[in-house]
Amino acid sequence: MSRFSDQPSPMARPKSFLWTRRIVLTLITAFVAIPVYVMLSSSLKSLQDVQGSFRWIPHSLTVRPYIDIWKTIPLAHYFVNSVIVSVSATVFSVAVAIFAAYAVSRYRFMGRKVFTVTVLSTQMFPGILFLLPLYLIFVNIGNDTGVTLNGSRLGLIITYLTFSLPFSIWMLAGYFDSIPRDLDEAAKVDGCSALGALFRVVVPAAVPGIVAVAVYAFMTAWGEVLFASVMTNESTRTLAVGLREYATENDVYWNQVMAASLVVSVPVVAGFLLLQRYLVAGLTAGAVK
Amino acid sequence: MTATAPPRRAPEAGPGSGKSAAGRRLGPRLVERLRQGGLPYLLLLPAILAELLIHIVPMVFGIVISFRDLTLFYIRHWQTAPWAAFDNYKAAVEIHQPIGQALLHSFWVSLSYTLLSVSFSWLIGIAAAILLQDTFRGRGILRALFLVPYALPTYAALITWTFMFQQDTGLVNHVLHDQLHITSSKSFWLLGNNSFWAMLIVSVWKSWPFAFLALMAGLQNIPRELYEAAAMDGAGVWQQIRKITMPSLRPVNQVIVLVLFLWTFNDFNTPYVMFGQSPPKQADLISIHIFQSSFVNWNFGSGSAMSVLLLLFLLVVTALYLLVTSRGRSESDV
Repeated sequence: MSRFSDQPSPMARPKSFLWTRRIVLTLITAFVAIPVYVMLSSSLKSLQDVQGSFRWIPHSLTVRPYIDIWKTIPLAHYFVNSVIVSVSATVFSVAVAIFAAYAVSRYRFMGRKVFTVTVLSTQMFPGILFLLPLYLIFVNIGNDTGVTLNGSRLGLIITYLTFSLPFSIWMLAGYFDSIPRDLDEAAKVDGCSALGALFRVVVPAAVPGIVAVAVYAFMTAWGEVLFASVMTNESTRTLAVGLREYATENDVYWNQVMAASLVVSVPVVAGFLLLQRYLVAGLTAGAVK
Repeated sequence: MTATAPPRRAPEAGPGSGKSAAGRRLGPRLVERLRQGGLPYLLLLPAILAELLIHIVPMVFGIVISFRDLTLFYIRHWQTAPWAAFDNYKAAVEIHQPIGQALLHSFWVSLSYTLLSVSFSWLIGIAAAILLQDTFRGRGILRALFLVPYALPTYAALITWTFMFQQDTGLVNHVLHDQLHITSSKSFWLLGNNSFWAMLIVSVWKSWPFAFLALMAGLQNIPRELYEAAAMDGAGVWQQIRKITMPSLRPVNQVIVLVLFLWTFNDFNTPYVMFGQSPPKQADLISIHIFQSSFVNWNFGSGSAMSVLLLLFLLVVTALYLLVTSRGRSESDV
């Protein structure tokens, strides 16, 4: 992963460039960091402190909000729902995508172009386009067969495939393309079947890419709002919908809201930053080509 | 799930068994037939079934119901909903009637939101990517920090911004009114005209790191020799950026602009989390407008017709864009 290896500057930079760099990077840093700071600092404030005019420096620090968030709303329950739905959608998408991406990357067959164009274009369609018909289909399935998909976790997982499957296929195909074809050709010459070559050569070589795709699919599912707001009920609600419950009519416990936001963010941000290099390589292999 | 079963057999063939163990298990004739061209389709089978289930069938169904007068009353038996022919479409495009007028308004809001957001996101992205090209102290930290908006769960970021835009307790009014004295009173940011700008700022904050990421990758693909040769010829850093960096980034830029356009135009999360189901008129993006017609007013026929129109618009934009940007460039195959 030497894509972003440090390179020395080719020549001395003029003063104008250095000053521009300092100023612009400072402004961007402030733009990016201020909301993060607000989230962190407000989550450590007392309720009176967040209910008055905003203060950059908290009056006093308290971890109370982090304890209270679990009692004000069933946050733990929503957390579990989010984990189940996001993990299931991720595992299913990646498993299906590995086979599809291998076929697209290694074989030339009739309908290949139709398939790739379909996958690519559905990735660009708005979620609302699939939400309406899927909702009605689920209602009617429930009506005809008694299988309740609306409000169930399974129903939500299915709707999450609408976005996680296409980009998993697309990104993995890009990743598989970057693995030399000679590797699995050689395995086949040695007597491996095509699937043997896939699982003994291509998949092991693509582990960083597969991890990147999985993390990305998980992140997207974890942050999904539209489907979750329509397809869940009280017992299957995810964090995306559940967090709104802190906003009661009169007083919003902003310190708790910020604490909860931070708690739901830490796992994905940590995962993202740890796997940054792989993710960037994987993302760009699929996106920038 | 059963669809994934056959291909799974291969890795279980056993580590030591070596030569085409999977083949032996499947039977020689089947393997022979697979070798002759069935295999790609077998590999694609799970994906094709899933695509049918989640994309193709819903899309066809969406088109079917856009021709029906499907309201809450018929939701359990969509087949009994009266046939509406093109009525839903007519209502959607009649710009002097309430439905059409609201849709057109929402379209203009979405378009201006998208064009502004994509421009700013691209500008910040390219600035950051170019300025972080050199090695200097703190570069790695900045690079990681700049990716945080991209990594944060959308709603967590949006809720934080909503807090910052609160009239009494928010940071924005504190800075503008209490600290810098720019505004004479604490303005409402989540109502009226301001809501559009509030939403735009948040949108740029969330999407510029994507441009940054892709452009950083694009910059890595520019050969160092080009810069070295230019420097030898006496080209300064600004000239190098103009003459080498920008032209080399053209293909990356085209992808970024298209992807950001589609994402932003379809944005649902920003207005929904910031303003709820019924955003102010100035922040009524097309996705939430359709959502509202369908799930708040319970008119699925009308919502579907609007969805189909939205899809047609996006397809035309994409096709035109690809046509314009691929001109003068050798045809690249997917």
